[in-house]
Amino acid sequence: MIDYWPLLGIAVVVVGFALRFNPLLVVAVAAIATGLLGHMPFERVLGTLGKGFNDNRNVTLIYIVLPVIGLLERYGLQQRARTIIAEMRGATTGRLLIAYLGLRQVLSALGLTSVAGHAQTVRPLVAPMAVAAAEKQHGKLDEATEERVKAMSAATDNVGLFFGEDIFLAIASILLIQGTLAGFDIQLTPFQLSVWAIPTAICAFIIHGTRLLLLDRKLKGGPK
Amino acid sequence: MINLHWVYVLVGAVFGAWSVFSARDRSNPKRFGNAAFWGLLAISFWFGDILGDFGNGILVLALVAIAGTHLLGRGSGESTRKEERSACSERLGNKLFLPALVVPFTAFLGTLLFNYTPLKALNLIDPKSVTLVLLGVGVIVALAVCYVWLRPPVFAAVEEGRRLIDSIGWAVVLPQMLAALGAVFAAAGVGTTIGSMASAVIPHGSILLAVLLYALGMVVFTMIMGNAFAAFPVMAAAIGVPILIHQDGGNAAVIGAVGMLAGFCGTLMTPMAANFNIVPAALLELKDQYGVIRAQAPTAIVLLIANVVILYVAGFHL
Repeated sequence: MIDYWPLLGIAVVVVGFALRFNPLLVVAVAAIATGLLGHMPFERVLGTLGKGFNDNRNVTLIYIVLPVIGLLERYGLQQRARTIIAEMRGATTGRLLIAYLGLRQVLSALGLTSVAGHAQTVRPLVAPMAVAAAEKQHGKLDEATEERVKAMSAATDNVGLFFGEDIFLAIASILLIQGTLAGFDIQLTPFQLSVWAIPTAICAFIIHGTRLLLLDRKLKGGPK
Repeated sequence: MINLHWVYVLVGAVFGAWSVFSARDRSNPKRFGNAAFWGLLAISFWFGDILGDFGNGILVLALVAIAGTHLLGRGSGESTRKEERSACSERLGNKLFLPALVVPFTAFLGTLLFNYTPLKALNLIDPKSVTLVLLGVGVIVALAVCYVWLRPPVFAAVEEGRRLIDSIGWAVVLPQMLAALGAVFAAAGVGTTIGSMASAVIPHGSILLAVLLYALGMVVFTMIMGNAFAAFPVMAAAIGVPILIHQDGGNAAVIGAVGMLAGFCGTLMTPMAANFNIVPAALLELKDQYGVIRAQAPTAIVLLIANVVILYVAGFHL
């Protein structure tokens, strides 16, 4: 007999996010509810939560770049990024972001996933450049359009990272696929797997790139 | 040998400094909340490994208590004004990009040097965390360059970094919290339950339908867990291996690789993948915390269709 009660934890997460409670609170309540419903003693639930938190500190490590970024912003880094785009002929938001998409995919495919990212490159450079290019095409941006261009900059980073990294042989997800399938006596080399990440990577570039060109066309229409 | 622990000591020091400067920031009405929050993170980075699992659990609850009762605020902060920044950027010119590029370049060239030259044999850096260690090195080098060149006030780097971290706020630890939630889900058997539910609804006979359910299962479960890594073993055990590979004779490499990538389409569409979707919205100071998800959802949906086609064609007809 399967025990369905622990699934209530998922419901807690969905409802909590939907009602816009503080997400940290939602996650903690969901974790404790799930553990208790799964017949774990409270002490073990808290221990599992604590261990999971401690083992994953590396995802929070990226914030050490903030002092550098903040310091350079103090001396006008974002303004500089805007100026350089304003002076560049033929620079458009779409073309700029397509170039970044390609660069991010290639770097990730080489295993260099931590080289770029939201804190390192998107906030200080890519987003201000994309906004500057949009202002050139469109004139002064209204708030909704500026939000849209910034959000697209962040989205472009994600798409480039996700659909580039699996081409690299030694990335965690490839090793996880290999390990999981090995558990079923299916033996594959990382190379056999990473080759099959290439078609999706190409599709991702074409699909997201097309959307970026459409964004360009919309911006060229000028302020309404 | 330099490993991740050295970087953790550095990160702990940065959070510790933010904590101290938060406590002294009278412009922030909730300064002690900020000081406690960043201070707890400093403790986590420095002493996480000796606190024990239960101790770390208590630390997590303390962080949640601070964030959940809205004790985090923002100071008005001393920084340069917009006009000053524009003037500075005129004067300094494009050289301003150089320190910003020091970090990625140190990580990039360093990783290449380390992996493809005899440097590797010296055992200087733990091979498992080369890029992250070099990221830390890059930060130190970039700060040194900035201080020599720009001569900012002594604590400017701490204060400017604090301005940014305060704008992200509690979202900083959300990805780590979600990873911890994943660990509890696994321990409570949530994955196996979902897996058995998925395999119960699979009809026999139609390969396309099975492919579709496998891909959609990856997406939905990834959206719930915020992580395709948690979804993959479950969906592989429920549909991928028994039905697509064994029963229908699909190509195992395609089923494995593209299945995971279908899950990544789900990552683009869920607030649970906080570090990719919620944190950047905070970093870019967007009004809509779901703005990044809205921007990438159309890409994710079309790409998911592409993945289903690749699974079906390459997995069964090549």
